[in-house]
Amino acid sequence: MADILKRNKALSVNPLKASQPIGGSLATLGFNRAMPMLHGSQGCTAFAKVFFVRHFREPIPLQSTAMDQASSVLGADENVREGIRNIAEKSNPALITILTTGLAETQGADVHRNVREFREANPEFADVAVVAVNTPDFTGSVETGYAATLVEIIRALVPDAQTAGTYPGKRKRQVNVLASYMLTPGDLEALRDIFEQFQLRPVFVPDLSDSLDGCLTDDDFSPVTIGGTLISEMATLGDALATIVIGDSLSKAAELLEAKTGVPTYPLPHLYGLKANDALMCALAKISGNAVPERIERQRAQLQDAMLDTHFMLGQLRVAIAADADLLAAFIDLVQEMGADVVAAVTSCNTPLLAKIPVASIKIGDLEDMELMGRANKVQLVIGNSHAVDTAERLGTPILRAGFPLYDIIGGYQKTWVGYRGTRQTLFDLANLVINYSHEEIPVYHSVYAQKPASELTDRPQPCH
Amino acid sequence: MKSTKDIAALLDEPACEHNKKEKSGCAKPKPGSAAGGCAFDGAQIALLPIADVAHIVHGPIACAGSSWDNRGTRSSGADLYRIGMTTDLTEQDIVMGRAEKRLFHAIKQAIDTYSPPAVFVYNTCVPALIGDDINAVCKSAQELWGVPVVPIDSAGFYGTKNLGNRIAGDAMVKYVIGTRDPDPLPINSPITIHDVNLIGEYNIAGEFWHVLPLLDELGLRVLCTLSGDARFREVQTMHKAEVNMMVCSKAMVNVARKLQQSYRTPWFEGSFYGITDTSQALRDFAKALGDDDLTARTEQVIAREESRIRAELEPWKARLKGKRVLLFTGGVKSWSVISALQDLGMVVVATGTNKSTEEDKARIRELMGEDTLMINDGSPKALLKVVHDYKADILIAGGRNMYTALKAKIPFLDINQEREFGYEGYQGMLELVRQLALTIESPVWQAVRAPAPWKTLAAFPEAA
Repeated sequence: MADILKRNKALSVNPLKASQPIGGSLATLGFNRAMPMLHGSQGCTAFAKVFFVRHFREPIPLQSTAMDQASSVLGADENVREGIRNIAEKSNPALITILTTGLAETQGADVHRNVREFREANPEFADVAVVAVNTPDFTGSVETGYAATLVEIIRALVPDAQTAGTYPGKRKRQVNVLASYMLTPGDLEALRDIFEQFQLRPVFVPDLSDSLDGCLTDDDFSPVTIGGTLISEMATLGDALATIVIGDSLSKAAELLEAKTGVPTYPLPHLYGLKANDALMCALAKISGNAVPERIERQRAQLQDAMLDTHFMLGQLRVAIAADADLLAAFIDLVQEMGADVVAAVTSCNTPLLAKIPVASIKIGDLEDMELMGRANKVQLVIGNSHAVDTAERLGTPILRAGFPLYDIIGGYQKTWVGYRGTRQTLFDLANLVINYSHEEIPVYHSVYAQKPASELTDRPQPCH
Repeated sequence: MKSTKDIAALLDEPACEHNKKEKSGCAKPKPGSAAGGCAFDGAQIALLPIADVAHIVHGPIACAGSSWDNRGTRSSGADLYRIGMTTDLTEQDIVMGRAEKRLFHAIKQAIDTYSPPAVFVYNTCVPALIGDDINAVCKSAQELWGVPVVPIDSAGFYGTKNLGNRIAGDAMVKYVIGTRDPDPLPINSPITIHDVNLIGEYNIAGEFWHVLPLLDELGLRVLCTLSGDARFREVQTMHKAEVNMMVCSKAMVNVARKLQQSYRTPWFEGSFYGITDTSQALRDFAKALGDDDLTARTEQVIAREESRIRAELEPWKARLKGKRVLLFTGGVKSWSVISALQDLGMVVVATGTNKSTEEDKARIRELMGEDTLMINDGSPKALLKVVHDYKADILIAGGRNMYTALKAKIPFLDINQEREFGYEGYQGMLELVRQLALTIESPVWQAVRAPAPWKTLAAFPEAA
């Protein structure tokens, strides 16, 4: 439905986009005892690391193949093999992902071959899962890099049903959840709670709520992730009752998982707003065979009440949103459900989802584009990441911080957006941002004949006659 | 792309002590156990604080996308440096050879939108590999639009952050410094005014503004700090200084050396961290300038400032005295921070020296005695072991080690460029003690170290 407005300028100003290797790293960090390794120069890893450290305020395991001038020109196959070997020897990981960068791809690296070579040469590390993914930063975004990495991890680690003897429903409570990058650790925790109320056991793939939830452990230090989806658990996905897929960007991963296991897929685009969460509860009721629990029904009623309370602030509110496609679609549904107008929708790269989003147009661009469109359309509220804070300031509007990265607030990674409760809190947050801002006050008028005290007359322009 | 010869020339830095050992300076990074940035990172860090310039990163998104607007440096006015700009190269650009063309138009767009006094173009890995000639693009853009366009050829794979600093400095010497004479000095000044530069001063969290008023008072006109709170027109005039101070880091020592070669400007190395070093730096200016009146006035300012700050620090010193510090910073900063901590009566039990030169190490021994533990292994595991073995009360290190310390429940102070607080000058010491006390004395350590009450038997009073 939406017109896709392509990039039409040479220079990207105040970029919205984060790179595919960032997305691939994020996906990897949701697995237990994992280590992502970027195949590129050291800076690729250093920048990505700083990006995550600032967002999560956690130590981040992330390695580099450390390409230098010679290996950039002459070939870096040995860098990849040596890098895998070094991590396997030193850090006792369960999973290493090799994520290519623009440098490696331009050079013509073949990381899949490098992994095969490593396997042949190093049988002693057969129990370490090694997955190579093509994630050059000259195409796609965080969203596509994350999705591509999940596809490759599923391809490598989920066995085919025939060979492994898995069958849907063998584990009577297990539901697989393919979780988009837009779900925060806080979201996943809330979801786990909802699933458990239906007597279901969710297996999140990946599970950032177990690895990057900001938790103090007894171990002083670990070179790899602590927590996250167990690699051994990947072999059980074929025994689940169902797979719930949250986020359109994961549809390819979902298809692959279903093809391998035969476990039926329930695709949900997102979990923002009343309708989206109704769809989740219907799916869970159907999968579990249980009625929707009373507590959840009460939370739904609370959300409905909040919708009534906040529609005065959010109705007809002119909103600008800058986010990757899954998150953009989620916020557009949420604010449209409240009667707001999306006057600027900006995203980082083209995906199949964009055309289906119910707005007039979506701009593939940067935060400068959002600023220009927002100004032209008299925007009243901005939704975007921490980089958009300056944009909002220039536009003179409040901002709801969402997406990646969030570095100017504490605990952004832990905010719960999903479920009836998460949605209710989001509505409160939105309404509170605009409660004193958005409605256009009538300018004060001072009558020239008024009998106000003299003290109020200072600083006022004198009557012109 | 820079040739290996160009890179070797940059690595061969006669003014750097590392040079004596091997030309490549630092050991080759090991795949799978590497840490640290790249040449582009270093170049950007060195120049981004020049606040009114349009900084364009030529490459695909990862280089700028993960790094723009990401530093603690402050500007007193212009803020164009905080606008992220990149050519955001696509697969099409790279495969079809359109990257140079995109860059050319990108420069035009930046000039049209923001009217900057100059444009800096940072080369990155991908365009370097496909052979984009950014020097030629910058040259023709400059000719066509009449705005200086400076190429900074800093592909990440050329080498380390340190190399990137030098590439950046080299570009300033080659293209910018010497292209304008300084503004005339104010007339009727009762004191002689001397022109000076500071090289490697980044004005993190605005900390240089603790020092600058003193330089003003002494009649030292700072033509330019390379590069904290700098403007393009200031960088242009750096050749006219009477003396250059290399602040706290050898990263851009090539600039000081080349200015000495071309313009005979003497330079000295100093730091504004700690009372002792701040005073020393002021004395070194007077000494280098050979102005007796300035020397006398400098001593007056030092005496006044030192007695003022020592009085203000007194109540804090009692709180921090004897506290044990593990300091892990790069290079020169080690000795400079050590003297600041010793000024406070703290005990530095060990210090990182993996980036220090032999000369730095000698200074550290001089300050801390022969038995000082010097740490070369900066891995989190090794650092934590030293903290435990030497019973350190606090780890002072770069932001990268912050969560290493916190996860191990150890007080921490960030000393690197990303920090939010300024520690320079006499006044900066007050902020330093406040931050030190804030973390060391915090009640949270007890709360996070103690086990949950139900984990210990004592928590359960015996049932009556």
